[in-house]
Amino acid sequence: MKTDSRSVLIAILSAAAAGALFGIGLGIAGMSRPTKIQAFLDVTGAWDPSLALVMVGAIGVHSLAVIAAKRRERTALGGIFHWPKPAAVDKALLIGSAVFGIGWGLGGFCPGPALLGAAAGNATAIIFVVAMVAGMIARHTSARREAARTAGTS
Amino acid sequence: MESFTPISSLVGGALIGLAASILLLFHGRVAGVAGILGETLRGDGTRGEGVFRAAFLAGLVVAGIALRVVYPAAFGAAGSSSATGIAFVAIAGVLVGYGTRLGSGCTSGHGVCGLSRLSKRSIAATLTFMAAGGVTVFVVRHVLGVGQ
Repeated sequence: MKTDSRSVLIAILSAAAAGALFGIGLGIAGMSRPTKIQAFLDVTGAWDPSLALVMVGAIGVHSLAVIAAKRRERTALGGIFHWPKPAAVDKALLIGSAVFGIGWGLGGFCPGPALLGAAAGNATAIIFVVAMVAGMIARHTSARREAARTAGTS
Repeated sequence: MESFTPISSLVGGALIGLAASILLLFHGRVAGVAGILGETLRGDGTRGEGVFRAAFLAGLVVAGIALRVVYPAAFGAAGSSSATGIAFVAIAGVLVGYGTRLGSGCTSGHGVCGLSRLSKRSIAATLTFMAAGGVTVFVVRHVLGVGQ
């Protein structure tokens, strides 16, 4: 199965290249400096609007990929597109995003830059990532409990 | 004090968009770091999906190590890695982990990928976390006077 192992290799290398490119982009953009994130969020203080331009650059490029992808049935590797299912704006989305925003403002890290900083050996980022993983596991546990409760009452 | 860096932020943003585009066009996946990490922790999906997520995270880790060598300023000056203290950092981490999983995404999943699709949920999420982050920094810096 020569072609098969080759496509597996392309899949792994392209995902790794995307991860590396993503990380380098975060670093160049200034996203991995907590003080820069907090300066962006500090609208009434010494405001640094740079991160708005990170969004402009990222969305400018990625929206073209979205247009290209919507015209295709299959990915470049022959797989399907896993588009998020359309859903309503609900309480979990808004509460979760608000909780995330509070943590983002407090620590100056979102998940990607935190992992990048931890990999670089930054002590603050390592502490943040350990706490973030604990927070994720806490949510997975509470989601499982909610699902069990719903199943029990129906 | 942080200065305005329009060029590097635009270029860095474009690279982030390119990385997200590779994931979409080759893998049909949304480049949401919170989702990729969360699903890895939970061990969701097939073996192939697990390998894909591990490869992406490995690339991100390699980028972190490489940046430390060639561009350490990406992580700020030594001793100023955060304007706030260690206790804040740990609380912040828990909130970011819990919040991104409850809210189905973070700055990359909602802020970049979702906004590029004009997803209504992602627009609502992005406005919410930006506003919450802004209020938090306002309270910490200008009401409590921490980190100034």
